[in-house]
Amino acid sequence: MAEFLKQYLAPEWLAYAVAALVHAALLINVVAVGALIFIWLERKVSGRIQDRLGPTRVGGKFGWLQTLADGLKLITKEDLMPDGADRMLFLLAPYISFCASYAAYLALPFADGWVATRLNVAVFFIIAVVGLEVFGVILAGYASASKWSLFGAMREAAQVVSYEVPLGMCVVVPVMITGTMDLVAISQMQAGWFTQWLVFHDPFTFVIFWVYFTCATASVNRAPFDLAEAESELVAGFHTEYSGLRWSIFFMAEYGSMFAVSGLAAILFFGGWNGPLPVTAWLGAAGEAIGLDSASTLYPLFHYLGNFLGMLNFVGKCVFGVTFMMWARWTLPRLRIDQVMTTCLKYCTPIAAVMFLGAVLWTYFIPGGLFIPNNYWRVNEGQITATPQPAEKPAEATPAAPAHAADDGRPSDDKPPRTASVDSSASFAEAAAGGHRGSP
Amino acid sequence: MEALNFNWNSVFFYLFAAIACGFSIAVVLTSNIVRMAFYLILALGATAGLFFLAGADFVGAMQLMIYVGGTLVLLIFGVMLTAKGPFISMKTSAGEWLMGAVVGGSLLAVLLAAATSVKAWQTTPDQPAQAQVTATRLGMALMGARVDSLEQTNAEQRRGMSGYLLPFEIVSVHLLVVLIGSAYLARPKKRAGRRVVGE
Repeated sequence: MAEFLKQYLAPEWLAYAVAALVHAALLINVVAVGALIFIWLERKVSGRIQDRLGPTRVGGKFGWLQTLADGLKLITKEDLMPDGADRMLFLLAPYISFCASYAAYLALPFADGWVATRLNVAVFFIIAVVGLEVFGVILAGYASASKWSLFGAMREAAQVVSYEVPLGMCVVVPVMITGTMDLVAISQMQAGWFTQWLVFHDPFTFVIFWVYFTCATASVNRAPFDLAEAESELVAGFHTEYSGLRWSIFFMAEYGSMFAVSGLAAILFFGGWNGPLPVTAWLGAAGEAIGLDSASTLYPLFHYLGNFLGMLNFVGKCVFGVTFMMWARWTLPRLRIDQVMTTCLKYCTPIAAVMFLGAVLWTYFIPGGLFIPNNYWRVNEGQITATPQPAEKPAEATPAAPAHAADDGRPSDDKPPRTASVDSSASFAEAAAGGHRGSP
Repeated sequence: MEALNFNWNSVFFYLFAAIACGFSIAVVLTSNIVRMAFYLILALGATAGLFFLAGADFVGAMQLMIYVGGTLVLLIFGVMLTAKGPFISMKTSAGEWLMGAVVGGSLLAVLLAAATSVKAWQTTPDQPAQAQVTATRLGMALMGARVDSLEQTNAEQRRGMSGYLLPFEIVSVHLLVVLIGSAYLARPKKRAGRRVVGE
């Protein structure tokens, strides 16, 4: 986009600034409007689950303007602060939560090429940034000078630190199968019918998706893991002392994170922007059928249409994920803190570890998936250099590798690109484990 | 237009560098332990920003995950230490200031001397610095493939050049042992014949 603007704006930095502003504004809108819609949806979903109607009055039949009315109410409320509060941290805490939640969107692709920054370590970046949201919560709990807030914050801290371990292990599995941490590439590799989706790659990925979703729900502090704001015990938990707009920013951050982790799930396990049917490929074929080639002026239109459908697909999957979290919230009772820890340490972590091992063995002995032939990706996606069986290589080939490299005298540049991706995924596994192993 | 002909990359570099340095100083000057941790997070986050600016996405994300994430634990300890009274401040004596100044100052001197001694960084803006050394060799060696063994002419020595994977794993296992040991030491002590409540 900056390249496009450079043609029209004289100083180069102005073009970059405008491009950056457009990207940032678009993403802010995704978070803010998303929160607006999800809060309405949450009320409707909870209403239906509890056999009520939910909001019905504001804005016509379905009460779809309810959140806007709530927002106006919150803006007009007084911005209160407790007398003994640590003023600076109290004021800053909501924005820290929001920034962390928002930063995840910088690397989240919405369609092929529709991403603010294409990072080659996007998976790692998103996991790292989503984990930072807890800072805002802890600072809010501490700065409020209220025991309810502090209790909520400490619970949240314990929970998030524990759940990052299985979460990291779950995320490693798709990375290992695809051999890349680039979310765009991971999505591209799942193009085609829904049988290409990684969740149907083998039985282990199917199980690990559910573990991922459980851990993601816990790490964004949603029920049944919402101990930090347990109304029945802690008044309102970490945001007891907050009011007005500052309070609503916490909620924007929460819904933003829910959308972000659902988006990550959609890309890692459910094909990203690829719909269940290869509509985009058909569109391209249709474009070729009526005599368009890549040089034609109408070709970008078809490309754009395909991308737009892809974005709708992706957003649809994310909304489904968020709705699923709401469904869980209004169905399951809140867990106790010891049950939360048991779920993490005695169930999620071992299951994730076993499934990880299983997926490694599967890709080693049965390369390819349940529905994917052995070297499907290598044949069909020439531009994607990663192959489906990278991660077990280092463990198997370690003793042989130095001798091999020395024997045939290849310079280091001759190494296949697969090695580079193995390197990153392996260090990611180490980092995911080592970040917590090292910290205490 | 000449006045506006600056490099936007440098602008962000100075911005992030100023944030990192400013909040590092704030860490030293503040006496409230939670604010200290908060400033540390900002300083480390700005350092991650510098890495992203340099195109080192992986190191940047690593910085966020390990250093900024690790500060989380520091923050929790800070909250737990000071939660007894409202916002306890830590008083530092003149001797501690002196010790800190000596240690910090000597480290700064070493780092400055090391940074100014790198030939590739002593270039003027006309000749942009070229990165000659990358971490690829180190990464390959960590995976078990020592590419520098290709340059080793002595066959006897070449046979001894193994990868770094085994030492790395030994260090990891060592850390795990330490972790288990600390968990063992911190376990709730049992009284004779009776289990402690809450165990």
